[in-house]
Amino acid sequence: MLSTTNARAVDGDSIFQRLSFSSAILILLVLIGILISLIDGGWQALSEFGPGFVFSNEWDPVGSQFGAASAIYGTLVSSLIAIVIAIPAGLGTAIFLAELAPRWISKPVGMAIELLAAVPSIIYGMWGLFVFAPWFSEGFQFWALENLVGLPVIGAWFDGPPIGIGLLTAGLILSFMILPIITALTRDALQTIPNVVREAAYGVGATPFEVITRVLLPSIRNAAVGAGILGLGRALGETMAVAFVIGGANRIETSLFMPASSISSTIAQQFNEATNEMHISALISLGLVLFVLTFLVMGVARLLLKK
Amino acid sequence: MSPRKLKNYTFMAACFGCALFGLVILASVLYSLIGKGLAGFGLHLFTEITPGPGSNGGLKNAIIGSLMLTALSIVIATPLGVLAGTWLSESEKSSKAAEALRFLNGMLMSAPSILVGLFVYKVIVVTTGGFSGWAGTVALAILALPIIVSTTEEMLRLVPTTLKEAGSGLGVSRWRVMTQLCYRAAGPGIMTGILLSMARITGETAPLLFTALNSNFMTTDMSQPMANLPVTIYQYAMSPYESWNELAWAGALLITVFILIINLLATALPRWIKALRAAK
Repeated sequence: MLSTTNARAVDGDSIFQRLSFSSAILILLVLIGILISLIDGGWQALSEFGPGFVFSNEWDPVGSQFGAASAIYGTLVSSLIAIVIAIPAGLGTAIFLAELAPRWISKPVGMAIELLAAVPSIIYGMWGLFVFAPWFSEGFQFWALENLVGLPVIGAWFDGPPIGIGLLTAGLILSFMILPIITALTRDALQTIPNVVREAAYGVGATPFEVITRVLLPSIRNAAVGAGILGLGRALGETMAVAFVIGGANRIETSLFMPASSISSTIAQQFNEATNEMHISALISLGLVLFVLTFLVMGVARLLLKK
Repeated sequence: MSPRKLKNYTFMAACFGCALFGLVILASVLYSLIGKGLAGFGLHLFTEITPGPGSNGGLKNAIIGSLMLTALSIVIATPLGVLAGTWLSESEKSSKAAEALRFLNGMLMSAPSILVGLFVYKVIVVTTGGFSGWAGTVALAILALPIIVSTTEEMLRLVPTTLKEAGSGLGVSRWRVMTQLCYRAAGPGIMTGILLSMARITGETAPLLFTALNSNFMTTDMSQPMANLPVTIYQYAMSPYESWNELAWAGALLITVFILIINLLATALPRWIKALRAAK
């Protein structure tokens, strides 16, 4: 009798063990599957255009000529704009919430900022196109055309049609979307610093500014950099919000007001309309480029955050 | 005022400004969502199906389609995610294999959702010969999976070892300790993870573009292209027809409210369950 119960128990254990192990392995299989399907689907375009695919600026579905440079440029520049704005803004918000505001303010404000993260990206896209773009056109772009265009170097960025949508608008919408991530991660890092550190710094007569910039921020440097890179990774792959506001033109222009396109927005906008196989294959190779980009960026972020 | 104090106050004001910046954006998004969404809101959203160009209608088929896609993908992702999370929590902390899988799970969590869409397109849509509700379900399940895996692992790690030892001490087999003691103890936390993953996939649009596609018919046939809210919102918002734009805003309000409710549930539910158990 005893031996049968034991046998059954051992059996249950090994079945359970195997089930849970295969589920864990599934994660690996899905990731490998994504990579293989992207290589397989993009092979036709990659073998036709070779390494030139990444560097060529020509994207012509009608003439069946495909180069990814303009989409890669759009992805990198819009994401760069996003982190240039979101890192200081997110860090400032985190400092306000963790160090400066009293609890009765920081709790509801913190929840509100987290609410920003729960809003789906398609809503940001709609809001960006119908609410932000008209405002941005009248409130900033006309002003910039009159006042900023003459400036050396940066003047050329603002020399374009004030139509509200374009590369800069996409970057701004992305910055709003990654702001909550950066805020949450850096706020949490600030809150892990023990209070004695603050007390010691204030005790020697430092102002809040000095305590935060010389004592607290250096000690969360890794977490802050990791949060920034994680935000960058989010921005690189974001699709719908960008598809609404970037304009959908496969060109590289100096002006940030010009319509452009990113890797993900090109795929989203052209995939279902692509009729020839080469076009579909070129879009999937774009996906492969995005996969490699995000994998590198996210890998670095996770290593930094772990330290 | 001394320069030190001036610097300090400028800094504090700048930080306050940053927080205000985020709040203003949130307020503007919510304001336009409610203002424009309520304009097209009404019972007809739930009773009529998506209209043709320029005419009136509702979102019934898209709402039902979205609910089916979301529910089914959670049904698929939950057992797999919980089991995978169990394996990770049971493995030694220093185990190389677990460490690698944990890392890969993080990568899957942050993989752009449009790539998951392309993957499912290649694997399911191309091989079965057409867009289908099933393809959309699989894409959403892949997006929900890593969130469920990581919360399950975290929650199971919080279960005190003494509980497991007490179980094992009574001669209970390991898998029974796991399923009947640990899952029960970690249950509320795992539930939160499942709800959060649901909130994440409800608004996902990009992976559905090439999998479930969209449909203007009322159908519950998962082997056909399936109507869903996010893609309907995208198509209607980008269209030149005013009645479609209005429906898109109403749908956007609907989906955001749904997501907020799930998010609230995700924080409230564990507390309710704990309170209920304590009352027993």
